[in-house]
Amino acid sequence: MTDAQTQTNGAQPQTSGETRRAANAEQPGAKKNVKWAESPTLGLMETLYLPAIASGIGTTIRRMFVRNETRQYPEVEPIMPANYRGVHRLNRDSQGRVKCVACFLCQTACPANCISIEAAAAPKDDPAWQDRDKFPEKFEIDELRCIYCGMCEQACPVDAIELTSIYDLTGATREEMMFDKEKLLEVFDITSTTGKDPVRTTSGKLGPASEFVEPQATQLRS
Amino acid sequence: MTTNTKLIDKPESKSSVAQAPKTVFIDNIEIEIDAKCNLVQAAEKAGVEIPHYCWHPDLSVVASCRMCLVEMGTKSASGEVTMLPRLVPACQTLANPGTVIKTNTEKVKQAQQQTLEFLLLNHPLDCSICDQAGECYLQDYSYKFGRPHSRLHEPKVQRQDKDHIGDQIALFTDRCVMCTRCVRFTREVSGTAELQVISRGSVEEIDVFPGQPCNNKLAGNVVDLCPVGALCSKDFLYKKRVWWLKSVESVCPGCSTGCSIHVDQNKDQVYRIRPRENPQAQGSFMCDDGRFGWKYIHGEQRLTGPRQGRALGESNGNAKMHSSNGNGVQANQADLASVDPWPDILLNARSAIAKFAKSNSGKFVAVLSPFMACEEAYLLCTYLRGVDAKIAFAMGPVPRQGQDDCYPKSPKGEPPSRDKVRFTIRAEKCPNYRGVAAIVDRFQDRILDFDGCLNGIRNGTYGGAFVVGGYPDGWTDANTVAVLASLKLLVVLDMVRSPVSDSADFVLAGASFAEREGIVINHGGLAQLQRVAIRPPGDARGDGRILMELAGRKGLYHSQSLRAELAKQIPKFAKLGNGEIGEEGVQVL
Repeated sequence: MTDAQTQTNGAQPQTSGETRRAANAEQPGAKKNVKWAESPTLGLMETLYLPAIASGIGTTIRRMFVRNETRQYPEVEPIMPANYRGVHRLNRDSQGRVKCVACFLCQTACPANCISIEAAAAPKDDPAWQDRDKFPEKFEIDELRCIYCGMCEQACPVDAIELTSIYDLTGATREEMMFDKEKLLEVFDITSTTGKDPVRTTSGKLGPASEFVEPQATQLRS
Repeated sequence: MTTNTKLIDKPESKSSVAQAPKTVFIDNIEIEIDAKCNLVQAAEKAGVEIPHYCWHPDLSVVASCRMCLVEMGTKSASGEVTMLPRLVPACQTLANPGTVIKTNTEKVKQAQQQTLEFLLLNHPLDCSICDQAGECYLQDYSYKFGRPHSRLHEPKVQRQDKDHIGDQIALFTDRCVMCTRCVRFTREVSGTAELQVISRGSVEEIDVFPGQPCNNKLAGNVVDLCPVGALCSKDFLYKKRVWWLKSVESVCPGCSTGCSIHVDQNKDQVYRIRPRENPQAQGSFMCDDGRFGWKYIHGEQRLTGPRQGRALGESNGNAKMHSSNGNGVQANQADLASVDPWPDILLNARSAIAKFAKSNSGKFVAVLSPFMACEEAYLLCTYLRGVDAKIAFAMGPVPRQGQDDCYPKSPKGEPPSRDKVRFTIRAEKCPNYRGVAAIVDRFQDRILDFDGCLNGIRNGTYGGAFVVGGYPDGWTDANTVAVLASLKLLVVLDMVRSPVSDSADFVLAGASFAEREGIVINHGGLAQLQRVAIRPPGDARGDGRILMELAGRKGLYHSQSLRAELAKQIPKFAKLGNGEIGEEGVQVL
């Protein structure tokens, strides 16, 4: 390497930086007082690479003596925290009916447009539905489109839709990933019987639109 | 016709005769008022909202909801203001010279909060399943004027919903605030007086006399009048939450009254039609025929694509049916193969008409429809006149049913005297007979009626025709169909499939009133604009666009510039000026 070359090489980052700056300055709207970070020049130790190799081997050897962090998935399935936002479920009320009243607030709140509901008047002939006006005839969630943000459960006035800790959702077809009402109620049945209820719910304490709660005598006095 | 416009106006407008301007002071805003009006209207002019439930500009004043209470006083000539010690209902108090009102004082705010708390006392708060949620005055006023909590500890009174109020009306009894707008409407506007208040006090309810439901032709209006979710339309019930709906201003095509309407749609599906207040056209209401009579626009009989060749001869393999509503993969493949059917078919139709007119001059007749918009009629007339100067223009059948139906009815169901009419459902069941007739007038001395046209076809005067449909039921008269089918060349521009379109050489799939843009002229000569609310089904197109391309005109169909052209070319339409049509329309003829 001649002196001239070294000089040019050494000066190269600077030059290129300056050309970039110059090029940027010509562009309309380029900021004048931009601070450019340059990559550091390599010293002797770095150009040898040996110290870096030694420290790498050091790390490898050290890992041999500490606890293994690798999860043996899927042989060992992890237990997700109870506030994990996974597959949705549609809750049932105390009588086993779908708790959803088809108010469409989740569909309104959904930023991914993955919920589609069709509402209908509750079957008034059926004595089990006497106290309900409206119910969801169809309730479909496109689990592929969903971004699991949880805004649907925040919007729900009757705590009917919840995200569970089920995370390993797979399907062979797109159609399989369209969860209808029956499938979502099934998720409720599974999660409620296996003690995997999400923690965000106020299970048992429902809003006035869901069930009529008799006021307590003590409440009246206070 | 001016007399009629006056007749439509409600009694209030009788009093809205200009008086000497007077000055009133609303929350320190000074405004001039020249007509007789109450304090709610005066405040509205000053940009101040006074909440109200029971008052409606088209109904009598009862001042029962107590929501519009304000502080009132008078300003004497010397500038001294004397305020009354008690609150007054703004709806019942007339604005007099020097009236001073305060709507934002502590006293008024407290009154509003207490009134709302009282109205909501037994309200079930079932907004999540209530159809009115989103356009409910209980919601709106609670946000603006209400208090956040109720102090009621006792269980709310729950009442039975009533399904028997009417064929189109459902009553959710416990949501009612007893404003009695609906009761007054049936007494004062429809005159049929089916609805009434039964019981007293906290068990007061709206109901009908047993076995006499509210099924008059204006019954649907009580749903619009209801400021809360008590009266709901059974037709719209639970179909769509209102915040999903996008509203487009349009005109009802049901009869020649031409009611101003809102078309509420979502994703190319119309869900309901509501009246739009327009004192020039019909007032604030509309009839149930128009309100529920739009279902055909989503009917299965809609033409979804153009076609060349008679469908009757389909077995011969001559007919080419282009339709995107075909089921299954085959239809989709066919669609892909023949990307857009329109250019070829329009080109062929054009050359077929030109060829026929050249060899049989004067033997081609154009049948215009009273459902067309003026712009479309003008496009068709100029185009065909350009093809052959001897082309005859005829008016298609003008549907008429009985007599004009005037309201309010007397207790025996008789129509009111002429000066008491508040709403008319006209016998002429089409929106634009006057407009189309006025345009054809310009191109032909005397417009041929439909019977004359059929006779002409029968005796061989006419051998080819361009028939425009647009009738909701299509062409059903067997005699008409046979005569039209005998033509050598039949081009049909229609919306629904009918025997006539089946026997046509060219079928051009057009649009319904909700899919097109153009003016229609009502019985009184008022031009109003029908606007595009949804897209036509499948490959169907707006009539204006079809005619534009058929006529070989350059550019896109732009109704305003066509109206400007219309104003220049036809003296009768001079009032259209540059083609701008406001919300309330332009008086043309």
